[in-house]
Amino acid sequence: MTRIFAYIAHKGGVMDTAFELATAARKIDSSAQLTAVVTGSGAELDAVCASLQPFYGEIWKVANDALSYPNAELIRKAVVKIVPPGSLVLVAHEHFGIDLAPGLSINLNAAYVSDVLGIEGLEGASLKVVRHEFGGQVSTHVKCDISSGAVITVRPGAFKPLEKSGVSGLVVDRSLDVGALSAGRRYLETIAAEAGEVDITKHTVLVSVGRGIQEKDNISIAHDLAEAMGAAVSCSRPVVDAKWLEKSRQVGSSGKTVKPKVYLACGISGAFQHLAGLKGSPYIIAINKNPKAPIFQVADVGIVDDILEFLPELTNKVREMHSVAAK
Amino acid sequence: MEILVCVRRVPDTSENEIQLNSAGNDIERDELVYSINEPDNYAVEEALQIVAKVGGSVSVVTVGSEDDEEILRREMAMGANHGILLTDDAFTGSDGRGIATILKGFVQQGNYDLILTGVQAEDGGAQVGGMLAAMLDYPFASLLTSIEVLEGKKLRISREIEGGNKEISEIDLPCVLSIQTGINEPRYVGMKGIRAAQSLPIPTYGASDLRVALSTVGESAAKIKRVDYFVPVLGKGAKMLTGSREENVEKVAELLAAQGGLK
Repeated sequence: MTRIFAYIAHKGGVMDTAFELATAARKIDSSAQLTAVVTGSGAELDAVCASLQPFYGEIWKVANDALSYPNAELIRKAVVKIVPPGSLVLVAHEHFGIDLAPGLSINLNAAYVSDVLGIEGLEGASLKVVRHEFGGQVSTHVKCDISSGAVITVRPGAFKPLEKSGVSGLVVDRSLDVGALSAGRRYLETIAAEAGEVDITKHTVLVSVGRGIQEKDNISIAHDLAEAMGAAVSCSRPVVDAKWLEKSRQVGSSGKTVKPKVYLACGISGAFQHLAGLKGSPYIIAINKNPKAPIFQVADVGIVDDILEFLPELTNKVREMHSVAAK
Repeated sequence: MEILVCVRRVPDTSENEIQLNSAGNDIERDELVYSINEPDNYAVEEALQIVAKVGGSVSVVTVGSEDDEEILRREMAMGANHGILLTDDAFTGSDGRGIATILKGFVQQGNYDLILTGVQAEDGGAQVGGMLAAMLDYPFASLLTSIEVLEGKKLRISREIEGGNKEISEIDLPCVLSIQTGINEPRYVGMKGIRAAQSLPIPTYGASDLRVALSTVGESAAKIKRVDYFVPVLGKGAKMLTGSREENVEKVAELLAAQGGLK
C-alpha cells in the first residue's frame, strides 16, 4: 500500500491547500494511509495540527524553534529525516513548494512532478497526471514512475478541499527524530508590499491590461478607458516586469487578490498565477488577439481583436453614452 | 565572483500561438519562433550586474544541440564572457533530474561561486535549480527579486512571496538561485552585437567529458514522461462575439452598462 504524505505549509494558520492536498491524495489512492507533516513551533503549530485532525489519519508534528519561520532549506532537512524512502510526498505548488520540492525529490531519491492539476490514476508504479504547459495554452498527460517514491507539487485551487470526515487523526510528535537543524540560508525579515497610489482591491470595476498592451506609451489607452468607465487600471505580471505599471496594480498570486464585479481583461493571456488573484466570480470580458488564449475559457464574453484598436473605440463609445445620458 | 547561468531555448509564447500537432502527441513545432527562456535572460542580466559591481566573469551554459547555440551567442552579445554547450546523444529525452545531473557534471569541473537559473521554463517544472543545489549540497533559494553581495562569501537576497511581499534572507556562497522575472531590466541586444558574437568559440562537452553516468541521463533514466498533449478545458468557455469591431464595441458597452461596469 502506498503511503502518502502531505507537507502542510502554514503561516498564521492553515490554508485551503491543506485540504486540497488531502483530496489529491485520495485521488491517487483512495485506500492510502494519509499523513500530514507539519513543522513549526508554539501554539500556532498545535492549532494547525488540531485543524488537520478531521482530514488526515496521522499528523506528524515537528516542533523546533528553528522552524518557527518556514525556511524551505531547513524544512527539507527535517522532512528527509522522517519520511521513509519510497513514499509519495505532496506539497502545494506556491512560492514555498517551489522552494522545497525539487531539492526534496533529490534528497529522497524520488521522482518529481510539478504543478499537477489533475490525477488520472495509478497503474502499478505509474502515476498518470495532468499538467499545463506554455501558460495554460496546452495540457499534457504525464506518466510518473513512482517505484522509488515521488514528490508531487499540486496547483492551489485545482482540487476541491476534502470534506470533513468522522475520523480524528492521531497527532504524532516526531520532533526528537529531527533534532538540531541548520542551513546555509537564514531568514531575516519580511518586507510588506508597497501600498501604491491606487488600491485595486477596493474597486468594483477593473480595466486590466497584459502583455498585449505592447509598450509603456500605450498604457494611457487603458487609463482613458478606465476614466470614462469610472474604473481603475490593474494589470498582469509582464506589465509590472516591464515597469510599465507599479507592482501594486498587479492581480495574481504574486500580486493582489481582487474581487471586482466586472473585469475587463485586455491583452491578458490568463495564466493561472493571474487567475489565482481573481476571486468572487466577476463578470469577465476578455479581449485578446490570440484565439487560443486561456482567458477565453474562463471569461463570460470574449472578443478576438487587437486591444490597441479596440479599447480607444470602446472609450469613445462609453463617452458617447455618458454624453447622451447627460442630455 | 565566478557566476554560471543555466539557460534554455524555448518556443517564444509572445511570438507564437502554441497549438497541438495533428497527432496530438506534441505541439506544432514547425513554424515556431524560439528564443531564450525569459526568466533565464533576467538571470544573465543579474549576473552581469553583479560582476560589474564586484568583478569576476559570467558563463552561460545550456544542455541541448547545435540549434541552442544561438541563445548562448545572444547572451554573449549581452556581455557574458563564456558560452558552453553540453551536448550528447545520450542526453536526449532527459527529464529535469537528468538535466540537473548533466549540469552538476559541468559545475564540478569549474569553480563557480554562484549558479543562477531562471525560475521556470514555459514547458518546465521550476525544478532544475533546486535539484542541482541538492545534488551539489549547496544552499538554494527560488523566486529571487534582488541580490546584494555581502562581505564574507554571503549574499542578501529577496524572494517573492504571497501578496507581493518580500522575504529577505542571507545565503552562503556557493549557492544556487532561481531568478524571477522583473528583478532587473535586461539590456537590449542589437543585431550588430549578435553578429559580432557569431564568431566566438563555444566549447562543447559530452557525457564522458562531464563524467556523467549514462544510466542517470536520457530517456531511459527519465522518471517523468509526457504521454500526449491536449487542449485544456478550464471553464465553460466564453461567449465569443464575432461581429464587426463596431458591433463588438457596441455590445461590450451594453454589457458593461448592464453588469454595472459603468458609472
